[in-house]
Amino acid sequence: MAVSGDEVFSRIQGVLTDALGVDAEEVSPEATLQGDLGAESIDFLDIVFRLEKAFSIKIPKGELFPDDILNNPDFVEGDRLTRAGLERLKTAMPHADFSKFESEPSVSKMPELFTVRTIVKYVESKLRAA
Amino acid sequence: MRWIWIDNFVEFEPGKRASAVKNITLAEEHLHDHFPGYPIMPASLLIEGMAQTAGILVGETRSFKENVILAKIRRAEFDGYAVPGDQVRFDAVLETIDERAAATTGLVLKNGEPMGKVDLMFSHINQSEKPIDLPDHNFVFTDGFLNLLASFRSRGASGSHPTHGS
Repeated sequence: MAVSGDEVFSRIQGVLTDALGVDAEEVSPEATLQGDLGAESIDFLDIVFRLEKAFSIKIPKGELFPDDILNNPDFVEGDRLTRAGLERLKTAMPHADFSKFESEPSVSKMPELFTVRTIVKYVESKLRAA
Repeated sequence: MRWIWIDNFVEFEPGKRASAVKNITLAEEHLHDHFPGYPIMPASLLIEGMAQTAGILVGETRSFKENVILAKIRRAEFDGYAVPGDQVRFDAVLETIDERAAATTGLVLKNGEPMGKVDLMFSHINQSEKPIDLPDHNFVFTDGFLNLLASFRSRGASGSHPTHGS
């Protein structure tokens, strides 16, 4: 079933307004889930469940929001990702935009990778592969 | 006072749906403060009743191996309120479940009529990943809850159970 780009964005907007209790206008492509939209850890799982339902896709654990990077000592040194950690993250998240993060890959800045656009790109790639 | 906000299961389809009833009675202490002279079942306890109904449904699906913890109230909307003498019914439906979490939707009925919608998310905490200050045993599914399900099953109902006025 082909879904247009506008429809994909609009459905994702609906998922995020329902999951996070924000207004549709706040859900812009550049908005970050944690910083701008106030998402907490349980919300990430809620978003995954709702996306699966909205698009009839299956989202394996860690595919949209990788969860095996920060607890791996090879990937993190102090507050920064190691080169291996950054490469692993980029492989795990082909749907994210690393242009800003690359120059300063600090753990505290990782949440900024999770934007609405990240989700849109992920869903679009899942729908193409389906 | 026991923290059990459902009286009996009336329906239990493992892995799919469950319904439990709660009779609101003036013998409940909190109703005399909520409010003095005008007792109303608090919405927070209606949500808790749904959480217990749905939580047992979720827990049973995985044989009560994990602690099932209410993690998020995705929706709680009520239209009207329940008072002593009313019977409230919680109809919970299991929408999604995997090893991390479960999501349920639910209808709250008062004397057979819809009065609210409560959608919940539960987290599964198994023994290996629990925070260190939580007990070692399963502290969610205590005898109180397990007995409710056991007594429903021993009444001979294997799926639907006839309810009054439904």
